[in-house]
Amino acid sequence: MVSAFLCVFAVLAILIAGNAADNLMGVHALLFFSAIIAWLVGIALWAGKLGDRNPFDETQYEDTLVKFGVAAAMFWGLAGLLVGVLIACQLTWPNLFYVEELGWTNFGRLRPLHTSAVIFAFGGNVLLATSFYVVQRTTRARLFGGMWPWFVFWGYQLFIVIAATGYLMGITQSKEYAEPEWYADLWLTIVWVAYLIIFLGTLWKRKEPHIYVANWFYLSFIVTIAMLHIVNNLSLPVSLGSSKSYQLFAGVQDALTQWWYGHNAVGFFLTTGFLAIMYYFIPKRVDRPVYSYRLSIVHFWSLIFIYIWAGPHHLHYTALPQWAQTLGMTFSIMLWMPSWGGMINGVMTLSGAWDKLRTDPVVRMMVVSLAFYGMSTFEGPLMSVRAVNSLSHYTEWGIGHVHSGALGWVGFISFGALYCLTQWLYKRKSLYSMALVEWHFWLATIGIVFYIVSMWFAGIMEGLMWRAYNDFGFLEYSFVETVEAKHISYIIRMVGGLLYLSGAVIMSYNLIRTAMGHERINQPADATPVSKPPAAAELQPAE
Amino acid sequence: MSEHHKDIDQPTGVETTGHEWDGIKELNNPLPRWWLYIWYGTIAFSIGYMVVMPAIPALPGLGTNTRGLAGQSDRIAVAEQVESLRAQRSASGSALLTASLEEIETDRELQQFAMASGESAFGDNCATCHGAGGRGAKGYPTLADDAWLWSGTLEGIQYTLQHGIRHEEDPETRFSLMPAFGRDRLLERQQIDDVVNHVLSLSGREVDEAASSRGADIFAAQCASCHGANGTGDRTVGAPNLTDDIWVFGGEYRDVYNTVYNARNAHMPAWGERLDEATIKSLAVYVHSLGGGE
Repeated sequence: MVSAFLCVFAVLAILIAGNAADNLMGVHALLFFSAIIAWLVGIALWAGKLGDRNPFDETQYEDTLVKFGVAAAMFWGLAGLLVGVLIACQLTWPNLFYVEELGWTNFGRLRPLHTSAVIFAFGGNVLLATSFYVVQRTTRARLFGGMWPWFVFWGYQLFIVIAATGYLMGITQSKEYAEPEWYADLWLTIVWVAYLIIFLGTLWKRKEPHIYVANWFYLSFIVTIAMLHIVNNLSLPVSLGSSKSYQLFAGVQDALTQWWYGHNAVGFFLTTGFLAIMYYFIPKRVDRPVYSYRLSIVHFWSLIFIYIWAGPHHLHYTALPQWAQTLGMTFSIMLWMPSWGGMINGVMTLSGAWDKLRTDPVVRMMVVSLAFYGMSTFEGPLMSVRAVNSLSHYTEWGIGHVHSGALGWVGFISFGALYCLTQWLYKRKSLYSMALVEWHFWLATIGIVFYIVSMWFAGIMEGLMWRAYNDFGFLEYSFVETVEAKHISYIIRMVGGLLYLSGAVIMSYNLIRTAMGHERINQPADATPVSKPPAAAELQPAE
Repeated sequence: MSEHHKDIDQPTGVETTGHEWDGIKELNNPLPRWWLYIWYGTIAFSIGYMVVMPAIPALPGLGTNTRGLAGQSDRIAVAEQVESLRAQRSASGSALLTASLEEIETDRELQQFAMASGESAFGDNCATCHGAGGRGAKGYPTLADDAWLWSGTLEGIQYTLQHGIRHEEDPETRFSLMPAFGRDRLLERQQIDDVVNHVLSLSGREVDEAASSRGADIFAAQCASCHGANGTGDRTVGAPNLTDDIWVFGGEYRDVYNTVYNARNAHMPAWGERLDEATIKSLAVYVHSLGGGE
């Protein structure tokens, strides 16, 4: 049935390819068509080898798909981080990678490639993989929908490829984090609805009486992203064969819609989705109960209710009416504690197993991710205060803030989950090398510190330089002087990014060796297998 | 699992909720008090802020949004800041308007003010092409040296700023046109090669002597009317001095050949259309001070 459904799209794609109004659309329609043909060939080969085996055996979890998701996340993560380092170099040495004849090497095209690759390609695949793993385990049911989960996986990869090649060719609708054009957006909508149905269907046939907290968070992520994606991408294509479209909203309405989307992409993609990961992988890895059921309820509902209003804080001191700015600021401040609820619940889950912070670098990585989560969710409300924002807005401080959340929180919790998943999916006693996890942890942590400290420094400095007047009432610095002053910070930031990337390369090597079943014999003596219960002697009673 | 047998977590002594998923249980810990009280605090602050600041939007047909007790408004605040800045500048600013450029340069207070204003305006308007501090770039003359195309005096610089160079919308703009000797077939390629050799020899460069001496005749016939018989230039038409080895568009053989073949005729906007008189005067004083003022 999936294949029949895809055949319709193959016909559509070839029609559009034949009638494309511009070359770019022709390229994308052909890419689309080839991808569907590849799917059909793949299915035929796979079905031929199937024999008597029932591929959708309800007594088995669908884990092969999760393995694919882990591999995809690893691949896109490396690609996205690499482009990140590249554009950090471009900002530092603008002439180094500037090739006039090659439009795609321009910062303007590579920057969305970086952001989309790390957020949607890396983060998205981590979320797909973990959600499919977690929802099966916590409902004791195989994924709903037979072949459809595979459609979601490959359909999502196709969306990533369409988006990425589009950026490089210069296709964009100029909305930050929502750059892909109308046809890519429509395709993602179809994939996403399928994802939602699979998730709901799996919850529906669950064999547990209650729905686990991680699944609330996954569900809020899937539902809200669907809503945000559709509303922010409402646009009218020039024609069915054109890669260009025009937005439904204009002016400040468009800006507000964009930042309602943009901020909630942070809230519901990068926060609730990854809190779901936290709620499963931390208790599982440390083998302890979640700290507080009540806290999880209260912070879940308060988080999703308050987050959705906070977007206007991206538009302080603009044409946006001031009352809307007040709304964005106050809801951001009220969001502080609901955000910290997740951090508290995650960190306190280690009660009775604090020793694992020392002995298991994977646990340490996930707990440090919560520390970064706590830091950036304190910094966020602070920066939303209008007086602070008047200094921090448009400066590198914003870039630093985003990366303490992205590298520290999203990155580290994802790496933790990838380490766990690889070990568990391939049923290994341990990872290939715990020493390499230590290396990864320290390289990445130092990289993050380099990154955010240099960006704080650059951001506050340029914010102060922009507003400095001399004794005669004239601006003290021209814009270009503020750019020059940031050069050293840019170099430090680039080094930080490089360290972080090196950590990810080490992780990939470690995961591949783990999947292959290798194990280094000289494991650190204190590496603790996952299943070992905490030693009773070290435990402290509560209070 | 049941309400009857309380499940107590051993290490912490806390009761669980009795649920279990894939081995994960949940403790029944209460909300942390400090967490709850800080949250209440942020909510109270937000409500207070909404009372004080513009907050509640108008419904259709029901006037405007709430103004807030503080009566604060971004528009008013910006207008006030702009006004106070104007007031701060106006005392010296109005003196700038009446004073001559020489008076500005000699009056210590006025000069400092003009330099501050000029530096600020230069950074935002001129440095894009002429570089920070007027250091110049290929195609954009260095302003910090004493080689001037049109004029290096205070009045001359002011005139250039005011009317621009080859800015055709301004009838008083500084204007001249060098012919494109190659493109317009005024000279053969061989002749251009000869004359370029000659031009390079003027600043003491090593060239093909035979070509240079052939080029000297062409120079006298085609170039000397503007650039002077000795190639020392003519400021009345903005013709550069060719003997000082200072090159706006590059002094390599290829660059000079290209200049003769296609001509350059660079353009600068008439800043009088965009900047007020006091700022133009300040810029003249600032540029004059950069190193080569006459």
